[in-house]
Amino acid sequence: MGEHRVEVTVNGRSVSAMVEPRLTLADFLRDRLRLTGTHLGCEHGVCGACTVLVDGAAIRSCLAFAVQMQGCAVTTVEGLTPSNGAASDGAASDGAASDGAASDGAASDGAGLSELQAAFRAEHGLQCGFCTPGFIVSATALLANHPDPTVDQIREGLSGNLCRCTGYQGIVRAVQAAARARHAGHGAGAGHGAGAGREADGE
Amino acid sequence: MKAAPFEYHAPETLEEAVTLLAEFGDEAKVLAGGQSLVPMLALRLARVEQLIDLNRIPSLRYVSAVDGFTRVGAMTTQATVAASRELRQRAPLLAEATRHIGHFQIRNRGTIGGSLSHADPAAEYPAVAVALDAEIDLSSVRGTRTVPATQFFTGSFTTAAEPDEVLTEVRFGPSAPGWAVVELARRHGDFAIAGVACTVRLDAADRIGNLRLGLFGVASTPVRAFSAEQAARGLAAGDVDPVAVGHAALSEVSCVSDVHADADYRRRVAAHLAGQAVTQAVAQAVREARAIREARRG
Repeated sequence: MGEHRVEVTVNGRSVSAMVEPRLTLADFLRDRLRLTGTHLGCEHGVCGACTVLVDGAAIRSCLAFAVQMQGCAVTTVEGLTPSNGAASDGAASDGAASDGAASDGAASDGAGLSELQAAFRAEHGLQCGFCTPGFIVSATALLANHPDPTVDQIREGLSGNLCRCTGYQGIVRAVQAAARARHAGHGAGAGHGAGAGREADGE
Repeated sequence: MKAAPFEYHAPETLEEAVTLLAEFGDEAKVLAGGQSLVPMLALRLARVEQLIDLNRIPSLRYVSAVDGFTRVGAMTTQATVAASRELRQRAPLLAEATRHIGHFQIRNRGTIGGSLSHADPAAEYPAVAVALDAEIDLSSVRGTRTVPATQFFTGSFTTAAEPDEVLTEVRFGPSAPGWAVVELARRHGDFAIAGVACTVRLDAADRIGNLRLGLFGVASTPVRAFSAEQAARGLAAGDVDPVAVGHAALSEVSCVSDVHADADYRRRVAAHLAGQAVTQAVAQAVREARAIREARRG
C-alpha cells in the first residue's frame, strides 16, 4: 500500500512527510512529530483527549487521517502554550515562538502557562491531567466563538471532552476565570479570543 | 496504527470520484466527514481496500435555494448547516436537529451526506429527511437519479445507494410553520434512545392540514408515522391529544431492543416524545398563524 506526501503546517511550522494513508492525525502528531501533548484516550471519537485545531476549528485528531491534512494548519496544545512552557518541546517550540497570534494569545503567567492553562491550575481544573490538553484546545475554540460564555455554553462546549477524575466543576470555573481574565486584562475579549481561534489561518 | 491498510484517493471533482467508484466497486468506500467510518475502521468493524475521500471536492459543499427547494451539497458540514441563516429560515427543523448531533468538534467535520449515507437508525438527519419528504440525489458514471428519502433507508446502516453511487445532494421543500425535534439520550451528544422530528401545517380554520412525523432510534430504519399523520388530519389544533398521537405513531412500529433500552421501554419513550413533538409543533403553528392574521389586520 503506497505512502502519500503530506505538507502541513503544525503550530506555525511547515512539515512535509510521507505517510501511510491509515495513519491518523493523532498518531502522526505524537509518533512522527513527537508532539505528545495531544493525548489518545478512546481512539474512536468519544473522549476528546486528542482534540486539535485544524484551520482554527476543533476536531478529533483520532478521526482524521494525516494524509487528509494536506495544506491545512494544525494547532496542538503545544502551539497554545507559551514557548517556555513545559509542554512545548522541540518540534513545536520554534513555531510557536515565531507565531505572533499564538504567543500573545497565550499570555503567560510567567511560569510557561497560558492564561487558560493557568486558570485550569488555579481553579483545580485537573487532577491527573490526561484529559487536559483536549479540554484546553476545546476551550480555546469555545472562547474564540463565545468570548463571554454562559455556564450553559461552557458545559455544552466541553460536553465532547471526558474527564474521569477531577469532575467538571473546576473545569467550568477555569474557563469562566480565563474569559474574565481576558476581559479584564485586554478590554477586548472578542478580538483576543477570535485571534486565538484563527491563529492557524494566518500561515 | 489501528485501521487495516488501504489505498487512498482524493479526487478533486465528482467525475473523478464516480469514475474511481465505478472502477473499484465493492472494494471501495467513500469517506465523507469520517466521524462514523473512521472509528469503524479503527475498531476494524469495517475494512476497506480503496478509500475515496470526498473532502477535496469543493463543488459538493453548498447551500442554495432554487424554486422553493433548498439544496444542500453532500459535503456540507453539520457545523455549516447549524450556522446557515438560509437553512434556519428554509429548513429550521434540519438546523434545530443539528444541535443534537454529537459535539461541536464532531459537527466541524461530520457532513449531511455522510450522516444520510451511513444511515444509523438512531441518527437525526435520516429521520429529518424522512419527515420533510426530502429528495436525495445519487450519482454514478451511469448518471444521476433521485430517490425520495422515504425510500432511501432500506435497513440498519443500509440505503438504496448502489456500490458505485455517491450521494451528492439532498433537497428540502418549503418549511411548515410548526416544527419540533425532541429526543431522549443518556447524555447530551449521545445517540438517541428514541427521538421524533415533526412538522405541522394548519388550514385556514386552524385545523391540522398536514402533519409529518419521523421517528428515529426505534427501529432498524427511520420511520414515517403515516397512520398517526392521517389520524390527526382535520382535528382542531386544540383537540390534538398527545397520548393518542403517540399511540398511533407507534402502532405499526416493531421496536428494537439493545443494551440501552428494551423494546417496550423504547416504545413508551417514543410514544411520549411523539406526543410532545406534535404538541410543540402545533403550538408553534398556531402562534405563527395568529401572528400572520394580526399582521394582515395591522
